[in-house]
Amino acid sequence: MPEVTLKIFRGDREGGQTADYQVPVSPGMVVLDALHYVQKHLAPDLAVRWNCKAGRCGSCSAEVNGRPRLTCKTRMDSLPGDRPVTILPMKSFPVIKDLVTDVSWNYKVNKKIPGFKPRPKTEWKMRQEDVDRVQEFRKCIECFLCQNVCHVLRDHGKHEQFGGPRFFVRVAALEMHPLDGISRAALLKNELGLGFCNITKCCTEVCPEEIHITDNAIIPMKERVVDEFYDPVLKLVRRIRGEKSARE
Amino acid sequence: MNGKYETHEHDVLVIGAGGAGLRAAIEALAQGASVGVVSKSLLGKAHTVMAEGGIAAAMANVDAADDWRTHFRDTMRGGKLLNHWRMAQIHAHEAGDRVRELEQWGALFDRTEDGRILQRAFGGHSFKRLCHVGDRTGLEMIRTLQDRGVQMGIDVYMECTVTRLLTDGDRVAGAFAYWRENGRFVVFKAKSIVLATGGIGKAYPVTSNSWEYTGDGMALAYATGAELMDMEFVQFHPTGMVWPPGVQGLLVTEAVRGEGGLLRNKLGERFMQRYDPQRMELSTRDVVARAIYTEVREGRGSEHGGAFLDISHKPAEYVKRKLPSMYHQFLELADVDITRSAMEVGPTCHYMMGGLRVDPETAACTVPGLFAAGEVAAGLHGANRLGGNSLSDLLVFGRRAGFAAAEYAKKQSWPALDPAEIAQGEGEMLCVFERQAGDTPYAVHADLQQLMQNLVGIFRTEEDLKSALTGIERLKDRMGRVGVPGTRMFNPGWHLYADMKSMLAIAEAVTRSALARKESRGAHSRLDYPKTDATWGEQNNIIRRHGSEMVLEQSPVPKMPAELQTLLAEEKGAGA
Amino acid sequence: MASTSPTVHAAVPTGSWWTQIAPVVLGLGAFSVYATWRAFEGAYFWASPYLSPFYSPLLDVHHHYWPYSPALLILGGPLGFRATCYYYRKAYYRAFFLDPPACAVAERKRNYCGETRFPFILQNVHRYFMYLAIVFLVFLWHDALHAFVFADRFGVGLGTLVLLVNVMLLTLYFSSCHSLRHLLGGKLDCFSCTNFGNARHSTWRGLSFLNEHHMLFAWTSLFSVGLADFYVRLVSSGAIRDLRLL
Ligand SMILES: Cc1cc2nc3c(=O)[nH]c(=O)nc-3n(C[C@H](O)[C@H](O)[C@H](O)COP(=O)(O)OP(=O)(O)OC[C@H]3O[C@@H](n4cnc5c(N)ncnc54)[C@H](O)[C@@H]3O)c2cc1C
Ligand code: SF4
Ligand code: SF4
Ligand code: FES
Ligand code: FES
Repeated sequence: MPEVTLKIFRGDREGGQTADYQVPVSPGMVVLDALHYVQKHLAPDLAVRWNCKAGRCGSCSAEVNGRPRLTCKTRMDSLPGDRPVTILPMKSFPVIKDLVTDVSWNYKVNKKIPGFKPRPKTEWKMRQEDVDRVQEFRKCIECFLCQNVCHVLRDHGKHEQFGGPRFFVRVAALEMHPLDGISRAALLKNELGLGFCNITKCCTEVCPEEIHITDNAIIPMKERVVDEFYDPVLKLVRRIRGEKSARE
Repeated sequence: MNGKYETHEHDVLVIGAGGAGLRAAIEALAQGASVGVVSKSLLGKAHTVMAEGGIAAAMANVDAADDWRTHFRDTMRGGKLLNHWRMAQIHAHEAGDRVRELEQWGALFDRTEDGRILQRAFGGHSFKRLCHVGDRTGLEMIRTLQDRGVQMGIDVYMECTVTRLLTDGDRVAGAFAYWRENGRFVVFKAKSIVLATGGIGKAYPVTSNSWEYTGDGMALAYATGAELMDMEFVQFHPTGMVWPPGVQGLLVTEAVRGEGGLLRNKLGERFMQRYDPQRMELSTRDVVARAIYTEVREGRGSEHGGAFLDISHKPAEYVKRKLPSMYHQFLELADVDITRSAMEVGPTCHYMMGGLRVDPETAACTVPGLFAAGEVAAGLHGANRLGGNSLSDLLVFGRRAGFAAAEYAKKQSWPALDPAEIAQGEGEMLCVFERQAGDTPYAVHADLQQLMQNLVGIFRTEEDLKSALTGIERLKDRMGRVGVPGTRMFNPGWHLYADMKSMLAIAEAVTRSALARKESRGAHSRLDYPKTDATWGEQNNIIRRHGSEMVLEQSPVPKMPAELQTLLAEEKGAGA
Repeated sequence: MASTSPTVHAAVPTGSWWTQIAPVVLGLGAFSVYATWRAFEGAYFWASPYLSPFYSPLLDVHHHYWPYSPALLILGGPLGFRATCYYYRKAYYRAFFLDPPACAVAERKRNYCGETRFPFILQNVHRYFMYLAIVFLVFLWHDALHAFVFADRFGVGLGTLVLLVNVMLLTLYFSSCHSLRHLLGGKLDCFSCTNFGNARHSTWRGLSFLNEHHMLFAWTSLFSVGLADFYVRLVSSGAIRDLRLL
């Protein structure tokens, strides 16, 4: 069997560096298989997160040759075989150990978002055409790869002011839910800092669920924020109609 | 007394953050209890997230003739009448309401033309009954529950593994656990505990289950004195991936067959004709799994030792819309485009029908203060589970367990923790660092898996099972000597060491029960006793701890009231 | 909050990110230079029956009120539309501001505020430029149709086709606009609960389909505008003669 060298980050909060491991490559092998091989035979204490090994749980995120990926969905044969494969933890979150990072920040952001609140007197019927859009967002497996790649977090460290693409997707799912009765536009603009996003689409490029994060979630949310805060004509119309928010 | 440890107190401690655990937590919270949820992995990553096909509930949105009675009948027949009738009845009664509740918490199921929840066909169900979202139903369910729980303010302790239940006299008093991140110990004090830790699949090498499925809940409760029931019934899902090696065992959802997928052998025959000509591909899982296994054994299997599952006769667009994850899974991992060619599939260890013996109304285990729901509990599914009945099980009995645990907690004073127990908990986890690293937990684990696959797999014999028992003893011995290099900081080798303890206990329970049941029924097939035996049909196998001995005895299956018996007898056959 | 291994991440070869942005820099750069020159030139924009799209609508040709090139009076409209377009924003933030230069490629640290502060907070006016763009499109369609009329007689020249293709691409670019998609349907939460919901749903579906190709239309229409102007200039300055087809 052909062998490949993995350069895996070994270290913790104090720091660390990559270490080399030789791994035999079998047909159809994915990067996570290779990491498991290292655990079994070379470094039993190599820390890796994973659960489903099928791209469904979003646990196994890491950076393979500089690209944020799910390691369970990255085939070894899709990587150049003549060079070592570098596997690093996600950069935007603090390392716990090796490839495991502290993603608890994401759970904190999520807590800021008011959940689904049905409109009063809801009749529980929905048409497929009304839920299609939202179902795209509900595919999110919370791998946090989009959070990791987003330069607002990755390079500018705006974790305090910015919610990140994952949570724009989540808010979009709530906002576009056909039976939801509240508006989260102010939350988007203020607490989640939607304005920091400059729609440069890296989140969309890495999303393993192929959610069109920027086009279908972020930009429509930006437009809703405009409706609410930056469009004088709509504001006037609302004033005349005596409405409080732009919901129809 | 335990100032040495980080300690948390809750009225109700829920161990497990899958569908059952979260539903229990939500209910307990609604009852006014303070609730803590502990899970081995991050919130939202529990096994439930992987469920694909759907939630079974007789809502009659698609087939108007469906109602709880038919659902009850299907469940009982599917379980070869070994189910607890009352659980099956409650389940069939309440599943619809639980699904509607999910919708009211924000879940978005696929819709019918007139805007109701769409339902699809599944093996063993007489009507179109599975509420679904494409093939990612579990994700929708866990996300909905997770968000609901977070909104209500549950405390979640993520990446924290419980290694021991603590007791006060004969009642439970809390749990001893370690943080995966830094290996520090933590003590939970609780008036009642809900176990929702899921199944045991990691005891087998070819499985659809993740590393979490090491039977912890069953082993923890067993050690505390709770009874295990029907442990011989391990479900092998007929369709797991068989190629390439890295993905062996990965689930191919039954929804493929529900949507019209056909099974063929290498000769191109639809071999289900031979095993269940009436229901064909949509027969129950035990039947289909044995059928594929037999085809392969008799030389009619595919290149890599499986059968062909083909959905390519359906329009490509339809397949991609209804089975998007399957489409991607095969394309990306196996280079197979399922809209054009057939998948190669074979049996994979999937679900544990057996587990903790519980009271049908309250989900209470046989230890005071301890409750169990979801895959960790036994009774609802009998000898074989129908697809889709697990997700509904989680909701129905998760809620009941949470409710009962909160009620129980209200009536109880705070238990006292026993420092000796805690010290033991600590000692058994730390001793491994003092040993000379020779054998690793990984090696013992791999050997256990091989043993279970070879000797306690789909087809069983007395001889195999007996040698499995000796083998397990030997592995326990080896476990007593393994060492773990590294520190307590996120150390998977150490984590596996903790899990192995559960797996070995569970493996023994499965083997002992399988050895005792001298008949074939549902998922339990004995080559030396190939027939179903009516007397065994009236016995549940019960396992409990006696000192350090595992004892097994039979207990009669609870008698069903007359009206349910007539209900069951109605309509001809189909209960193959 | 950042990982403790910045140097480790920086050491990974990130590939040649500049090959991704080079075409954008070249394309937008070349267009800007050409367009600026042409806008100031103030001549060769009319070659009967063709009007250069840079000069449409043609205002104050005879310099009664405005001494400079008439293009300068109107170019703010299309320029603002494109400058605030969600696609172009992505393109120039990456290519010109290196914010980020490419995905997962480190950018320099400085006080980044995205679109939360002046000037970029002004991007939020995009929809008003979109309304304005409707006016321009009406004129451009008028010009394109007018290009079929040669001295009161119907005819088709190469210029006619150039203008027609251009206005069609511009219309596609416009129709795939995110703001338009939002205002005509996207802002609704429940199509089936709204008056004319079905119609708005189909409109939204159609616009969403076009929207997926917004980048393509952004570039093709940019080139077609430049080419259309260039063609008119060539004919108008006498460098070539229009090819009469019909
Ligand atoms: C691939 C796949 C597809 C499936 N599809 C379907 C389907 O379509 N329909 C259906 O009805 N069923 C399906 N099932 C079955 C169903 O998903 C599971 O049976 C069900 O999700 C189990 O839920 P649970 O709540 O009992 O446990 P889980 O969701 O597995 O949760 C267990 C929890 O317990 C925690 N835990 C375990 N041990 C410990 C410990 N020692 N300390 C702390 N925490 C612990 C884990 O971290 C986890 O949070 C499928 C299963 C699989 C694997
Ligand atoms: S589009 Fe916005 S959210 Fe997505 S990566 Fe770019 S800046 Fe971040
Ligand atoms: S939106 Fe996509 S990339 Fe982001 S967390 Fe969800 S699945 Fe991952
Ligand atoms: S392990 Fe679940 S997504 Fe990779
Ligand atoms: S988004 Fe590009 S034109 Fe409106």
